[in-house]
Amino acid sequence: MKYPKNGRFGEFGGKYIPETLVPAIEELEENYLKFKNDKNFKKELNYYLKVYAGRPTPLYYAKNLSEKLGGSKIYLKREDLLHGGAHKINNTLGQALLAKKMNKKRIIAETGAGQHGVATAMACAALGMKAEVYMGYKDTIRQKLNVFRMDLLGAKVHPVKSGSKTLKDAINEAIRDWITNVETTYYLLGSAVGPHPYPVMVRDFQSVIGEEIKVQMKKINNKAPDIVIACVGGGSNAIGTFYPLVDTDAEIIGVEAAGYGLKSKLHSATLSAGSKGVLHGMMTYLLQDEEGQIIETHSISAGLDYPGVGPEHSYYKDTKRIKYHSATDVEVIDAFLLLTRTEGIIPALESAHAIAEAIKVARKGKKSESIVVTLSGRGDKDVEEVQNYLNKNVKD
Amino acid sequence: MSKIKEKFAELERKNQKALISYIMAGFPNEKATISTVRGLVKGGIDIIELGFPFSDPLADGPVIQNASTVSLEKGTKINKFFTLVKKIRKETDIPLVLMTYTNILYHKGYSKFIRDAKKAGIDGLILPDMSIEESKEYVDAAKNNADTIFLISPNTSKKRIEKISKISTGFLYLVAVFGTTGINTGIKNYTLKAIKDVKKQTKGKIPIGVGFGVSTPEDVKKYINAGADAVIVGSAYLKLIEKTPQNKLESKIVSFTKSLKKHTILK
Repeated sequence: MKYPKNGRFGEFGGKYIPETLVPAIEELEENYLKFKNDKNFKKELNYYLKVYAGRPTPLYYAKNLSEKLGGSKIYLKREDLLHGGAHKINNTLGQALLAKKMNKKRIIAETGAGQHGVATAMACAALGMKAEVYMGYKDTIRQKLNVFRMDLLGAKVHPVKSGSKTLKDAINEAIRDWITNVETTYYLLGSAVGPHPYPVMVRDFQSVIGEEIKVQMKKINNKAPDIVIACVGGGSNAIGTFYPLVDTDAEIIGVEAAGYGLKSKLHSATLSAGSKGVLHGMMTYLLQDEEGQIIETHSISAGLDYPGVGPEHSYYKDTKRIKYHSATDVEVIDAFLLLTRTEGIIPALESAHAIAEAIKVARKGKKSESIVVTLSGRGDKDVEEVQNYLNKNVKD
Repeated sequence: MSKIKEKFAELERKNQKALISYIMAGFPNEKATISTVRGLVKGGIDIIELGFPFSDPLADGPVIQNASTVSLEKGTKINKFFTLVKKIRKETDIPLVLMTYTNILYHKGYSKFIRDAKKAGIDGLILPDMSIEESKEYVDAAKNNADTIFLISPNTSKKRIEKISKISTGFLYLVAVFGTTGINTGIKNYTLKAIKDVKKQTKGKIPIGVGFGVSTPEDVKKYINAGADAVIVGSAYLKLIEKTPQNKLESKIVSFTKSLKKHTILK
């Protein structure tokens, strides 16, 4: 679906928003449509993506890992090598540049793991704008290094102590700020979620990932990849990876966070275990109780700890074009360690979900088949979390 | 004619404007809600908005957020809420408006939820995150069952006000300030202007209620003088409920309501 009519992907998406935000959302859509095909805008964005962020990112054949597993060939799309250490910069540069064209002086954002907050702070510093970032209090503790990075980059971090004190509450608080300061403020949303046009706009800015994969795989194999895998929280790196490939024959798999397991109820696997509902301006799959109250989620990775998912993913789930699987915390730690030791690449815990799935698929797969995994971010931010996990589980 | 419409017609005959209160059901407990309703009725309230809590109230400020959390922790559920409404209905026939978020209705199914709400005695609905573009199924389900009260804001265009006032029934809820509920930044000129403009545009076809940050008798007076047909006071009530012991709650609510209501009685 190129540009969703009425902001709907099938029945999903839409804009369920307080009336105060309507003029801002309309202004955003109007400007996005105007600039997305504007030659100068594209040129400027491509310039920053290339010389500031470091695109294109390499597609790396993980030979050691593939041979160890003895099955299909695993290729890693190295978004972890981007400036800031994650795919988030693709979107923040695009939106910050758009905000600048719209003459917005104040930028607000939410962040889960802190990667989007850091990428926002970087883009804003580079383009000469002020950023304020809402972050769940619980996440400021488990990702304190990123809090300090944002601070160094000149962004103001607001810890959010309401609700579950994670990503969903950071989004609530960012929306409340936007309602209050709607006339001066640009809300730079970090995932392919929220009211239309955010899901499609974020997808478009992230689609550079899948476009590059297409070209790179063609050079290697002279065809699209056989299997493509990415992790899904809100789902921005996944939709950016998948969208340019949905028209190919590739098998596509999104991987959600199964936390302590889907039966434990302590997970963030929205598409695997959720039901339809309305949150954060969109109709999509949600983790909710029998009364429609949003339930608290769990994942070892703060970036996937979210009870909703981008509406386009919900659409691809229902149309069965994309399969959505999940990986537990235990599987993720194993994958994290295996990739680190075989390839010398420390993945973000979010990306390690995709690695965990790739391990399962590659083991069973044919040697002639190629699997592309989007390594959405690097794991430096997670080493303390992993250390704590390993210490605790060795003691236990 | 709906109960809400009747109420506005009755007030017009009496040369009065409407005082509407917002309270959160089950905050801090069901007993307090019953006492508060008694106090409101005795104090002369015209319409009561009953909040049903949602886990993620993104249009609400800290006071209503906290009330939602407490109410949910105390075990407020949809069926319990409807039982409470039925109890209230036995004591008073005052118009009752349910305010909650879209997902609560969506999850149950708009038709089923609204049918149950009507049966319990709810007269109207307010969903602050329901925009008109997404409202067809909701509005169709509510037709002849409950008033659908939509919100407008000081930055809403004339064209949209036209559309919104067409599908809004009961009254039109004008959000006074840029912000969430309960943020009292003082009375802004842009709000007074918005009241005048909206009144002029809607030509008396639908009453205009002003809410968000309306908390004192002085606020009520100023908005009524500016031409509002109703004022909605929410967070100020919740603050009063929170700090008042149960045995004094009803009388405190009576006196606060009286202090607000007198400014809606035109000379």
